[in-house]
Amino acid sequence: MSARTVDREHPFASFARGPAGERLHKGRVGTFLGAWKARAYIRIIGSNRELSWIFFETVLPLLSIIAYLYIYRYLGAPDRFVSFVVLGGAMVAFWLSVLWGIANHIFWEKQSGNLELYFVAPVSPLALMLGMATGSLVSTTTRASASVIAGVLLFGATFNGEGVLPSLAVLGVTLGAIYFLGMMFASLFLMYGREGEHLAHSMQEPVFFAAGFYYPLNTLPLAVQVAGSFIPLTIGLDAMRQLLVPGTVGFLPLGLEAVILVLMFFLFAAGARQSVRFMEHLAKREGRLTLRWQ
Amino acid sequence: MGEPAVRTEGLGRDFRRKLKGADRKGKGDRFEVTRALDDVTLTIDKGELFGVLGPNGAGKTTLIKILCTLLLPSRGRAFVAGHDVTEDVPQVRQKINMVSGGETSGYGIMKVRENLWFFSQLYGVPTEEANYRIDTLGEILGLTPKFDVRVSRISTGERQKMNLIRGFVSDPEVLFLDEPTLGLDVNAAREVRRFVANWVREKRENTGLLTTHYMAEADEMCDRVAIIDRGRIVACAPPHELKKLVQKDVIFTLRVGAPAEGSLDFVKAVAGVASWSASRSIDGKTAELKLILEDEATIADLMSELAARKVEVLSLNKTTPTLEDVFVKLVGRGLGAEDIVGPQAEAKE
Repeated sequence: MSARTVDREHPFASFARGPAGERLHKGRVGTFLGAWKARAYIRIIGSNRELSWIFFETVLPLLSIIAYLYIYRYLGAPDRFVSFVVLGGAMVAFWLSVLWGIANHIFWEKQSGNLELYFVAPVSPLALMLGMATGSLVSTTTRASASVIAGVLLFGATFNGEGVLPSLAVLGVTLGAIYFLGMMFASLFLMYGREGEHLAHSMQEPVFFAAGFYYPLNTLPLAVQVAGSFIPLTIGLDAMRQLLVPGTVGFLPLGLEAVILVLMFFLFAAGARQSVRFMEHLAKREGRLTLRWQ
Repeated sequence: MGEPAVRTEGLGRDFRRKLKGADRKGKGDRFEVTRALDDVTLTIDKGELFGVLGPNGAGKTTLIKILCTLLLPSRGRAFVAGHDVTEDVPQVRQKINMVSGGETSGYGIMKVRENLWFFSQLYGVPTEEANYRIDTLGEILGLTPKFDVRVSRISTGERQKMNLIRGFVSDPEVLFLDEPTLGLDVNAAREVRRFVANWVREKRENTGLLTTHYMAEADEMCDRVAIIDRGRIVACAPPHELKKLVQKDVIFTLRVGAPAEGSLDFVKAVAGVASWSASRSIDGKTAELKLILEDEATIADLMSELAARKVEVLSLNKTTPTLEDVFVKLVGRGLGAEDIVGPQAEAKE
């Protein structure tokens, strides 16, 4: 609530103005940051109003991890495979968040009518997507942390302590790259509706397969390995395993993976910006930016 | 007088639909083109509350979407607050806002105040100022008691008030209101109209563009009204001047019982009938005829014709001119497009 007294006689004239009588706003950068923060707030507060997500996002995903752990145990795999699977399971959460919390969420925003209000406002849609990503990170990090903690406590997963800090840096760059990739997918929904949703669906399983969440990438055919290396998650996960799980044979040398990740970060950041602009223009031309029930 | 708030020059918009199956002949993609907006030239001055009146599908929303930078025109140009809507998109967006009737936007899990604050942030309004505006607008519209209630739990009328506050919280120079009272009860609609009218009167630099298919709304609120039909502006003037178009005519509203399809088509052939429209009641048992006659004596001829054709007359009223009469005279049918009998059938051919 505001501390100022409401002027009922001249309500509109009582709105504050800038020094030159212009309408008050925080400037381009201020508006971008404010919208980013506001969209993140909506997601964080919104999910905390329905706490059932904690159960669904932390307990249920553990089941797949546990299934893989039992397979490796049954096959008599070395102990490091426990840590290997736990890390992969934790990273699955981030990929699902990109697909369903960013890309597909834009479809929901379009259906509910929020998308057209985003585009009428003088703010970059990227600010709102970054807000969604930031908000998602809170719940997704909870899920990923729960996976790691459960892996350590229940199955004795161990990690190289010296690798924790560098692996957090790798995680940061990887998440940046995959969330920007998610924004590129999201831009499709500016133009498309259900067709875009099918694409998001179709990206889930192939990435599960090619990213090596639960098994070493070098067990796959070379062509799949090459295809998988275009996904930042594959490279990031491999780098983190090299840093945290002793005895891991990396897909590529660690230094090269770091360079690739940084390049991907900037490539997808620029790609997201361009694809949002391009798809907005296309959607405005075709009259599909505000078309609901597609 | 400075730059007008809104200016359009020969604005047009086509929509293409890809033909499939039997509709498609020959090789390659074929498209069916619908002309939603055609050669619209308008000037809206600062401080005006301008109405665009027309039936569903006339092109009102298309016009608003182009002016709000949500849609590119196929032809012509449009300027809002002096900025080109296709070239200067960020500048236009800085100065406008939009409220549509029946909006379902916002986040149901968030409280009303949180939603309003969120949308204020898209316009860069500092939080302290945003809170003041939300408090002020909430008090005027009587929505303050609902500020701490989740959006999913408020009524349709309250939701539309929230949308209205969302539109004003950015303190826009030009506000686009697309059927803002759609689906509201009489009292809520009246409150909304009063609120919008006060906004324009209090600060004459504010400009509102209101689309509606409610004649009374356009008549009561707007300084000027443009009548739009099938994408074209057919008249544009203050409501009282528009009504002068039918002032010399005599207007009757006639209710008749159970007309058969095409049984009223003879009306157009009766000498002295300047224009007419007919709409069937929901149960289909009666129809209402709006008759614009060149002189009063024509009604006697019409009544004789109706009697000769055994059409039961239930009531006959002489009425004062309304904007609907203007619309009927200019377009040749009423605003309620879906229940029209007679001339509407011709128009579809």
